[in-house]
Amino acid sequence: MKKVVTYLVAFFVATTVDWGIPHLMPGNPVEIYLSRFNISSNTQYVALQKTISESFGVNVPLWQQYLDFWKGVLHWNFGISFYETAPVTHIIAQAIPYTLALLVPAILLSYFLGNRIGAMAARRKVLDNVVLPIGYVFQAAPYAWLALLLAYVFAVRLRWFPPSLGSNPGIAVGWSWSFILSALHHWVLPFLSVFLVSFGGWSIGMRNLVIYELETDYARYLRSLGASQRLVRRYAYRNAVLPQLSGLALALGVVVGGNIVTEVVFQYPGLGHLIFLAITNEDYFLLQGIFMFIIIGVLLANFVIDIAYVVIDPRTRLSMTGATA
Amino acid sequence: MSVRVEDLKIYYTTLRGEVKAVDGVTFSIGDGEIMGLAGESGCGKSTLGNGLVFLEGRMRHAGGHVQLDGQPLPIGDSRAMEAFRLRQVSIIPQYAMSALNPTRKIGRMTADLLKSRGVDYRKVLEEFKRRVRLVGLPEDVLDRYPFELSGGMRQRATMVISTLLNPSLLIGDEVTSALDVSTQRAVGEMLMEFRDRGYVKSTVVITHDLSILAQIADSILVMYAGKLAEKAGTATIVNNPLHPYTQQLLASLPEVGLRYDEAPLLGIPGRPPSLLDPPKGCRFRERCPFAFDKCVEEPPFVELRPGHEVACWKALQEAQVPGGPMVAQEAAR
Amino acid sequence: MSVNIEPSGHKSLATGSPAASPAGLGQPSLAEAGAGGTVAGGGVAAAFAGRRRWEFMHFALRNKKLMIGAGIEAVFVFVAIFGPLIAPYGVTKTFPPGLHPSLHHLFGTNAPFGQDVFSQALTGVRDSYMVGALGAVFAGVVGLAVGFAAGWRGGWLDELLQLLTNVVITLPQLVLMIVLSAYQTNRSTLFEGVFIGVTGWPWVARAVRAQTFTLKARDFVDLAKLSGRRASSIVVKDIAPNMASYIFLVFVLLFASSMLVAVNFDFLGLGPSNSYSIGDMMNYASQWSALQLGVWWWFIPPGAAMTLMVVALYITNVGLDEVFNPKLRQQ
Repeated sequence: MKKVVTYLVAFFVATTVDWGIPHLMPGNPVEIYLSRFNISSNTQYVALQKTISESFGVNVPLWQQYLDFWKGVLHWNFGISFYETAPVTHIIAQAIPYTLALLVPAILLSYFLGNRIGAMAARRKVLDNVVLPIGYVFQAAPYAWLALLLAYVFAVRLRWFPPSLGSNPGIAVGWSWSFILSALHHWVLPFLSVFLVSFGGWSIGMRNLVIYELETDYARYLRSLGASQRLVRRYAYRNAVLPQLSGLALALGVVVGGNIVTEVVFQYPGLGHLIFLAITNEDYFLLQGIFMFIIIGVLLANFVIDIAYVVIDPRTRLSMTGATA
Repeated sequence: MSVRVEDLKIYYTTLRGEVKAVDGVTFSIGDGEIMGLAGESGCGKSTLGNGLVFLEGRMRHAGGHVQLDGQPLPIGDSRAMEAFRLRQVSIIPQYAMSALNPTRKIGRMTADLLKSRGVDYRKVLEEFKRRVRLVGLPEDVLDRYPFELSGGMRQRATMVISTLLNPSLLIGDEVTSALDVSTQRAVGEMLMEFRDRGYVKSTVVITHDLSILAQIADSILVMYAGKLAEKAGTATIVNNPLHPYTQQLLASLPEVGLRYDEAPLLGIPGRPPSLLDPPKGCRFRERCPFAFDKCVEEPPFVELRPGHEVACWKALQEAQVPGGPMVAQEAAR
Repeated sequence: MSVNIEPSGHKSLATGSPAASPAGLGQPSLAEAGAGGTVAGGGVAAAFAGRRRWEFMHFALRNKKLMIGAGIEAVFVFVAIFGPLIAPYGVTKTFPPGLHPSLHHLFGTNAPFGQDVFSQALTGVRDSYMVGALGAVFAGVVGLAVGFAAGWRGGWLDELLQLLTNVVITLPQLVLMIVLSAYQTNRSTLFEGVFIGVTGWPWVARAVRAQTFTLKARDFVDLAKLSGRRASSIVVKDIAPNMASYIFLVFVLLFASSMLVAVNFDFLGLGPSNSYSIGDMMNYASQWSALQLGVWWWFIPPGAAMTLMVVALYITNVGLDEVFNPKLRQQ
């Protein structure tokens, strides 16, 4: 119950902040929008201002706007993008497949490989001496730098992969082989740059967790009763994975927002790039809609972790029922 | 004699050198005997007890032998020891309350453990349940996670698991330390019950608490600074201790039967010497009110009277002087 | 002690929350940290503290990881302090654009401006360090205060602070940054550092709360309570020193993560308006097509320096962990 209240409060606060974005921004969104057009006649301007205000829904009192926003959220309607002059939800829907195709495999693969290799490093000194520095370098590399580095080496120098965009602009977007191949070709470098950084994080995290678990009392007890190394390691791995799992759920929740830096470097047409465009074009309604997606994604992910934890980690069940562990 | 320890040395490796935590100890424990192992913290008693079962990374078997039921116990070879653990030697660790995997049900964990030791869990299940009831736990603890039990319940579950395969030697490391007086007594009685029912042959109870040993132990071995100070039957140790250290340990007890903590031990002035570079001669010399010039030599651990061994020049001297305190004590009986 | 690098770390830029309770940070093994030597015995507290300090130095000087990490870090700190003084040229001084790295221009010159990249990088280190330090201090102080308070008092205060922590975790860091940066068109380094700190504290609070809980349950706190001391004095005199090593590790990690978050902000042009950090360099390089023009020396060396700075912090952290935690020493 407490959890549900937390989520509701978080959702409420986040949505309110989200609503506030265009209002908090300096300048009037309608003026900003109109300044894009070259309108000479004053009457025309006033008339346009009125229609635009209406279509943006800013011609009513503030509290009414706030309620309207909540209505929009519930109806999955975030208004119209200034920049693209298309419904925000429509624009977002176009970007989402790119982001998902980029981040979901990168995160899942790095998670599984990172956990495996991290756990192996935790018990083999030789491997540890290799994994630890490499993992740290990947984890420490800023996304922007790793992306630029990969782009420079594999796109500019070696020309194995294209340096930018999500697919060849000459090929129509659709379910054709040529498009899929082109999209895959464009996907490799952004994927690699996200994968490597995440991989560094997961493997180091897992290594440290397993080392910690192997030092715990239960592991010592099992060893002093002659349990096989296999059993001790299995337990250590199982228990070490639990915190990693919550990290995974969070990482997946964040997926909805895309990886802004990587997508910007590669001009990859996902949500992250869209956020960047929205910022640079001061397209606040678009920004508002994307952030709503992110908020929901993050909250859902957190919620899923909480539920999953109750299923996976028996310890949390007790605290849920109120007793102290 | 089911356990025979000869000149055993266990050292700790640290960056500053080797800590001689157990430095040449010799003793034996009989079948059905509960032996108390007492001393201040840092005297090596825990290292000795744990070392008989499991030498952890930093511990090194530096010399001596251990025999169990006439067979050599390869305590320095962790691989070879695996076969002995749980079956022949077992331990109730100091951290018994946190010794169970928090994310496995107790029954399941035991099954996993036994399986990895090549034992069929179903065959021992009935016995397991019977013993769980014996220590006063409901049978359904097998279907519970450790955190669902109280600390005391977890400890009892650990006691049952450790002794499930009827080991010849059981080490109980500070099993009563974190408990209140009545629970202490209950745990002590369980150890005696285990012995009486033949679940374990020999038991070593490690503690800094002489009062609990007075209740459950058949004999008491007092250690000081990695060496043996005194060993005798419980009544003898409590009533006629010969080593000045034992005497001071007993004197620092407010009253036998009451629990004391580490703090009152500060009643013995001074601190145990560093075991990195232990002093020559008697190690208690610095703190001993009776120390005399002979004490710069190391006292032998000798049997002064049948079943009463001690390492102290003063006691040795007095035993050899007719009309000394030994005789006086004899007369007093 | 096992303070881990958070697995999600700076990956979560979109929502910003370096939120996933960093693996293992909350799991206490402080019990061991206080154990000191093997033959502790009783002893006067002061003597013991002195011995512990000696022991710390003893192990610290023999820990390769700590020495290497701290050594690299020391070089960068030197650069951060004296960088602008030892820089061969002014940041804005121009030369022929796009010069390859040479003895005159160690990292070449950028294009189309023709500024000396090495001089810019030396200056950039300072700005990145400033933001990292500011972020770490603010996140650390807020996280410690909230965590201590929640863990120590428990009850409704705990509930309230946990709610706050969870809300802040779910609030997207970047949303706030964008809103604020639209307002604050003239942003300072202080602003960026404080912002990173104020949004980055929740995982510290979570971890510290868990630690305080376990410490509170330990004997010496009971003793202090029995002697009738005030809660605040127990926290300051007993709990805090016991957590000192742990807190130190938290700061090292916060320092690293703050710098990484700042690089991302700067790269997107959300950084301080009048600074010249490593992230800014990569931003300009990317904007002026350094990639396509093959001016690799504009972005590769500064990024490599940043990576090295963060790696060195991580290694320092592992080394310190081994020094503080006797269990890990023999590995």
